[in-house]
Amino acid sequence: MGFEINGKTYETDEEGYLVNLAEWDEEAAKYLAVEEKVEMTESHWEVINFLREYYNDYQIAPAVRVLTKAIGKKLGPEKGNSKYLYELFPYGPAKQACKIAGLPKPTGCI
Amino acid sequence: MTESTGGIEMEEDMSGTVKKFAFINRKAPYGTIYALESLEVVLISAAFDQDVSLVFADDGVYQLKKGQATKAVGMKNFSPTYRALEGYDIEKLYVEKSSLDERGLTPDDLIVDVEVLDSAEMAALLEEQDVVMSF
Repeated sequence: MGFEINGKTYETDEEGYLVNLAEWDEEAAKYLAVEEKVEMTESHWEVINFLREYYNDYQIAPAVRVLTKAIGKKLGPEKGNSKYLYELFPYGPAKQACKIAGLPKPTGCI
Repeated sequence: MTESTGGIEMEEDMSGTVKKFAFINRKAPYGTIYALESLEVVLISAAFDQDVSLVFADDGVYQLKKGQATKAVGMKNFSPTYRALEGYDIEKLYVEKSSLDERGLTPDDLIVDVEVLDSAEMAALLEEQDVVMSF
């Protein structure tokens, strides 16, 4: 499975996650966001970029609780809460945001 | 101390009981799937707010070794993930002293802060656990 943008192909798994993290780029993120029915704003990108940094540092996609706490630490308490993150990503910040960020599905995602 | 798989039992007493879980890691990080599987279980266990300790002994101490280069064996270097454990509120990491000594390692060679225990201290730690899982 996969999709194609401007002649570049992206491979995805059966749940729509990118198979190869290195293939990710902004175009892929925009495509995945449309698939998830998420309209990307500055605030969305902030979370996406945060997730990519987190993955780069730790080689895992964080669980929601961990993501929330870490965002609070980095971007401020008004953003480090599940209400804020669920407003941006209604179907689950970890799952949806991770997918758009090109990360694997979070471990321990319940 | 009981040996158990933990998960099934936990469903039944979810009434806020906090149990002491120890995960013992004794195998080298690559070559078998044990180290990675253990880490996954530990990350999942964090969702259940249990009292989790990680123990590294024998070749398991290599899991925490700095500077792992895995490209040649075609596996992902997952050692940075041990540094994420703190964010999951898993902060009790213990390493067995003689295992370090025998391999010429010191805590400075490890990617995370650990507490070094001798075998008597390790035995005492394991004695006070409710569940011990060995990988």
